Amino acid sequence: MDLKIVGPEASAEERAAVDAVLGPPESGWRGGERNSERDGRMARGGHEATARRDLLLPALHAVQDRLGWVSHGALNYICQRLTVPPAEAWGVVSFYDLLSTDPRPPVMAHVCDDLACRLRGAETICQGLERGFGSSERHGWHRSPCLGLCEQAPAALVVRAGEHPRAHALAPLHDAATVARALGQDWSKREDNAAARLADLRRAVPQALDGSRAGLRLLARVGTVDPESLDAYRAAGGYRAVDRALELGPERIVAEVTAAKLLGRGGAAFPTGRKWEAVARAAAKPHYLVCNADESEPGTFKDRVLLEGDPFALVEAMTIAAYATGCERGFVYLRGEYPLALTRLEGAIVQARAAGLLGADVLGRGFAFDLEIRRGGGAYICGEETALFNSIEGRRGEPRSKPPFPVEVGLFGKPTVINNVETLANVPRIVLEGGAAYAGVGTQGSSGTKLYCVSGQVERPGVYELRFGTTLGELLDLAGGVAGGKRLQAILLGGAAGSFVGPDALPTPLTFEGTRAIGASLGSGVVMVFDETADLGDALLRIAEFFRHESCGQCVPCRVGTVRQQELLERLHGGRALGSREQEMTLFQELAQAMRDASICGLGQTASSAIDSALRRFPAFPASASGGQA
Amino acid sequence: MTQDPIWFQPPPRSLQVPQPPADPVRERLAIEIDGRSVEVEQGATILDACRQAGRDVPTLCFLETLTPVNVCRLCVVELQGSRVLVPACSRQAEAGMKIATASERVRLARKLVLELLASSVDLATAPGLAELMASYGARPERFGPPAERATVAQPAKIDNELYVRDYAKCVLCYKCVEACGYDAQNTFAIAVAGRGFDARISTEWSVPLPTSACVYCGNCIAVCPTGALSPKSEFDLRQIGEWKEAEQTRTDTICGYCGVGCTLTLHVQDNRIVKVTSPLDNSVTHGNLCVKGRFGFEFVHPIPEE
Repeated sequence: MDLKIVGPEASAEERAAVDAVLGPPESGWRGGERNSERDGRMARGGHEATARRDLLLPALHAVQDRLGWVSHGALNYICQRLTVPPAEAWGVVSFYDLLSTDPRPPVMAHVCDDLACRLRGAETICQGLERGFGSSERHGWHRSPCLGLCEQAPAALVVRAGEHPRAHALAPLHDAATVARALGQDWSKREDNAAARLADLRRAVPQALDGSRAGLRLLARVGTVDPESLDAYRAAGGYRAVDRALELGPERIVAEVTAAKLLGRGGAAFPTGRKWEAVARAAAKPHYLVCNADESEPGTFKDRVLLEGDPFALVEAMTIAAYATGCERGFVYLRGEYPLALTRLEGAIVQARAAGLLGADVLGRGFAFDLEIRRGGGAYICGEETALFNSIEGRRGEPRSKPPFPVEVGLFGKPTVINNVETLANVPRIVLEGGAAYAGVGTQGSSGTKLYCVSGQVERPGVYELRFGTTLGELLDLAGGVAGGKRLQAILLGGAAGSFVGPDALPTPLTFEGTRAIGASLGSGVVMVFDETADLGDALLRIAEFFRHESCGQCVPCRVGTVRQQELLERLHGGRALGSREQEMTLFQELAQAMRDASICGLGQTASSAIDSALRRFPAFPASASGGQA
Repeated sequence: MTQDPIWFQPPPRSLQVPQPPADPVRERLAIEIDGRSVEVEQGATILDACRQAGRDVPTLCFLETLTPVNVCRLCVVELQGSRVLVPACSRQAEAGMKIATASERVRLARKLVLELLASSVDLATAPGLAELMASYGARPERFGPPAERATVAQPAKIDNELYVRDYAKCVLCYKCVEACGYDAQNTFAIAVAGRGFDARISTEWSVPLPTSACVYCGNCIAVCPTGALSPKSEFDLRQIGEWKEAEQTRTDTICGYCGVGCTLTLHVQDNRIVKVTSPLDNSVTHGNLCVKGRFGFEFVHPIPEE
């Protein structure tokens, strides 16, 4: 490819950051020093020149981490190194929220003002920061969509660029001053030992605080087994499932997963066994395994807790999945806003590789599998599986048209198994206890246990693990009920793409079929509690803003529809309805149906779902504060 | 033995004209369009089948010479058994599919797509869209007066002598990006940048075209469905209200610049060439030209007298 690269050159620091990911440049053609003797006698082209496009996002991250932003010169150097046309690279870098193309200060606070944090005072904190610092990014902070720290709301993520980049969560925030202090603080010396790690993790699983961990299967090790030690993991029973899997052989494993009736936990509830079987049988090679850890649905944090608390379990589960489906390479696409999960998972992979549990010859059994982590760039849409593939491949995170489905044409155009973290976390148990025994837990249509992300105005927010079939009311009781003994107004089930239900839904059994029966869905397991004083109208506006911000912009119904939806809600909320309220409602219904029917992917198809449910159930909107029952 | 060196002897001339290999025989399959059975070749799209059945399906981002991207969603149809509507332009026909091309759901989705576009983009120069909006009863003003709704309005980018990019008219159909990239020119001067409603067609860092990789083939203009991209000659005449398409003549000729033999269509108004295009179905060009063929016509005109 003939590139035309003009404009500024990268600084030495920027080049060093890129070279740390890509290695030193091979020739003058690729941005190295010109050597007319050598470079004049070589030519690179075709596939060889463009085959490393998937390193585009990691290279961009490297520059962002080092300098705090991506300059024109740095982008030019990356383009030269990877043979990417600058216009395409620009299209990619401008797609992601975590990558900045404007200079930013080295320390940046991403302050969450999304649903769960709003219920706990995030707006006051943001307004305090606006008064103290102004609202420009140049002052070291900006508002952020949900950071997946909802059980500690309100929360912020502080990121420091430099040679040794650091990032950590700041939660719960007490006031704007907490953020301000964090921006100036030297936080290189934070306490980090096994006891502190476990204590932090236990806070995320309040269910076990009473001492009873009886019902915990996926969370069994979270908060009790040091997540940074392979020995501790093995001592707690880890890696027995891989041994058992190697005895069973690929076909039996797929059969057991099918018998377990395991349904995907990412939101779509697709049978995992069918996915695995399709890839295992696919003639095209190689096969790829991808773990979707781009957990970004507002109110969702279960995968973060699993990754931070039990990272080896994911490595083990992926090893089994790869063995069963004939994959030699696996990717974990991890949400960019999860620095601790990244550290823990990186550590787990390194330790597993050193112990021969990953690599060219896993456990000396002649089967090859290795795993790498790819960090997301701050785009909700990349949780959609085909957008995720495009993101890994170094393209804009725009969803592809389906069919073809990932099991036929997935990552790099090859058959691909893609599963959510929680789905995979069930695999070792299925292998150990057998599919039939696993299917015996839960209900007929929903087997096993489910993780719920309980947040909002509830006494004990956190991740809860329950057998399918437990009712919403029982879950709420387990979480200590509505905070401060207030009355329940509504619960957001399944996240921003889910729906609002009222107190009448408390007897609903939490199963895929049970929630479907009341016109809701479990989605990613979000259970966000709004008490009688909560401003539902404010929540709806935030949801509308979220979808407008996160739409990839590819298809018309979603790109423009999410904007019109937000404008419509603002008119209703501000009492400026066009014509009558009924006219606006008709317009909304038509808009919602067109987005549901004609959008390319799930984002547009569900962008009006929660708002629609609230408008139906709580017709008093926009009269805030006391929505009440319909 | 002959005295002549062997290389003096030309090989005997074949009397047969070389023929391209025969098209592979494709299996045929039957699908149902609005209750009528149609037989199409394996690999045909639903749109092919609809056209074969004589059913009108509107398209905007689709063009025969480009890879379908199915982003405008104007061509959606109802497929029995599918939870959502499917894009006819890219979805391959499968045996037994039952398609409705004008059901209530389909008409609503198309109406909304047209309204959403018209409420955010200046469609004044987009051929055919006004008629389409009328036939679907699309009323973009339902989304509020222009001042109170977000639009993509922005000044036209005039940064070179040959063509103008008026992105206030851009529906983001991706056609120009495809034509600039793998589907025709392989220049990659433009791409979609930004996200969501703020996504725009752009060069890197929005640099002006002369700085970018653009080679001025103008193949992006040729595929633009709304007039967002136009030759400077057309743009200037439109600005002063002198663009009179109805009065123009179109004359096909062969480009004289090189030996490829591209067909040029000269659009002539008041005895001056105002635009050059090439027919989409031309077997040599498929509608594409180079900078010389598309823009190198000024020399034809007499030099203006002082």
